[in-house]
Amino acid sequence: MAAPIGQPRVRLPAQIKAGEVIEIRTLISHIMETGQRRNQEGQIIPRDIIKSFTCTFEGQPVFSMDLHPAISANPYIAFPFKAERAGNLEMVWTNDAGEQRKLTQAVRLAE
Amino acid sequence: MARRAAFLAGAGAAALAAGLALAQAPGPAPEPHRTITSPESGRNYATPETLAIQDDDFQNPAFLWVEEGEQAWNHPAGSAGQSCASCHQDATASMRGVRARYPAYNAAKGRVVTLEQQVNICRTERMGAPELRIDSRELNAMTAFIGLQSRGMPMNVDISGPARPFFDRGEEFYNTRRGQLDMRCGSCHEDNYGRSLRADLLSQGMSNGFPTYRLKEQRVISLQFRLQGCVNDVRGEPPAMGSEEFTNLEFYLAWRAQGLPVETPSVRR
Ligand code: HEC
Ligand code: HEC
Repeated sequence: MAAPIGQPRVRLPAQIKAGEVIEIRTLISHIMETGQRRNQEGQIIPRDIIKSFTCTFEGQPVFSMDLHPAISANPYIAFPFKAERAGNLEMVWTNDAGEQRKLTQAVRLAE
Repeated sequence: MARRAAFLAGAGAAALAAGLALAQAPGPAPEPHRTITSPESGRNYATPETLAIQDDDFQNPAFLWVEEGEQAWNHPAGSAGQSCASCHQDATASMRGVRARYPAYNAAKGRVVTLEQQVNICRTERMGAPELRIDSRELNAMTAFIGLQSRGMPMNVDISGPARPFFDRGEEFYNTRRGQLDMRCGSCHEDNYGRSLRADLLSQGMSNGFPTYRLKEQRVISLQFRLQGCVNDVRGEPPAMGSEEFTNLEFYLAWRAQGLPVETPSVRR
């Protein structure tokens, strides 16, 4: 019954040089229902949030965070990453029900 | 007023008679009165934090809606098996400038239609698809996507000819006192812009940024949803979204914002 986890957006700089520290920016469509609001009948609307986000690069952890109910809908997450070599970033958003949305993003280095 | 009186006094009775004859001939309706002569976008009243989100297309959550709208544009719907793209092809070319000209007079319907209503006309009459509810996520996604194609272009609605009576009704709605607080729209957006109302800084109430991502609602909202909120604020009974009253009001608002750049999709508190 959890709300759908929407299509994520991920953006990396257009040109990345080896050794450069870049910012990875992500945005995902989600209601982030706090569990503190009531519906018109006065009943609590059950909590339904993205509770965690992780990012790995070729299996190595890069960044992870726990999200809490005070975070707005459609959470925006940005974090730094040192691009040493080309490879794949794996990102995973997980909701309260344990459902996941995954995205693979290739890192390519400029010559 | 002073200028017209001087003209009458100076030119005498002959000119007066000619003026009367002119008034009877079917000519263009006089230019309506502008209370705000130099309109300002709501962005001038937004906080730097809000603007930082609006000015970054990546961070602006409305772009999640824009992307949904773009997908729907290319996706067949309805019994005719067609998508918007089947007829309108590339929206970046075919929809450029459309948001800036809407609402617009639709000759076949004999009335003014909003962008939302035009999308539904195409869906129901050309695609055999059901109407989308005004302010639904799907319709806001589509109008955000179409609106983006006019970003930066000046608002430029045509109120002449057969459109004029609809404009006049919108203007009348705007200037009518309503609700338990007995206020006009202008009580806030003409007489008091730049002042604070509770937690809000009152703007001129311009419509050039819609649909807009409203931080309070945490979603993209249509202009008419905002208008319902404003009528509720004066403890009035708002007309339904999609009603004739709100269509005409939206038409008047677009003219008030004439010349302001389209900012769709803007971000507001
Ligand atoms: C079968 C062909 C067809 C399809 C499919 C179609 N349209 Fe249209 N559309 C038209 C025609 C023809 C007009 C212009 C005539 C009119 O104003 O009704 C038009 C007009 C419009 C306009 C107004 C453009 C202007 O310059 O004023 C918009 C906006 C629009 N369509 C959006 C859409 C959207 C969004 C979809 C998909 C949900 C869509 N249309 C699907 C044929 C189509
Ligand atoms: C009691 C004061 C009040 C009245 C009366 C009022 N509004 Fe508003 N309106 C607000 C507030 C507060 C906001 C949010 C802050 C701002 O932009 O002014 C707002 C926002 C708006 C916006 C969005 C502006 C933007 O940049 O996003 C529009 C459009 C608008 N109002 C139109 C109207 C119309 C049309 C009426 C008459 C039916 C009306 N308002 C009556 C208080 C009012």
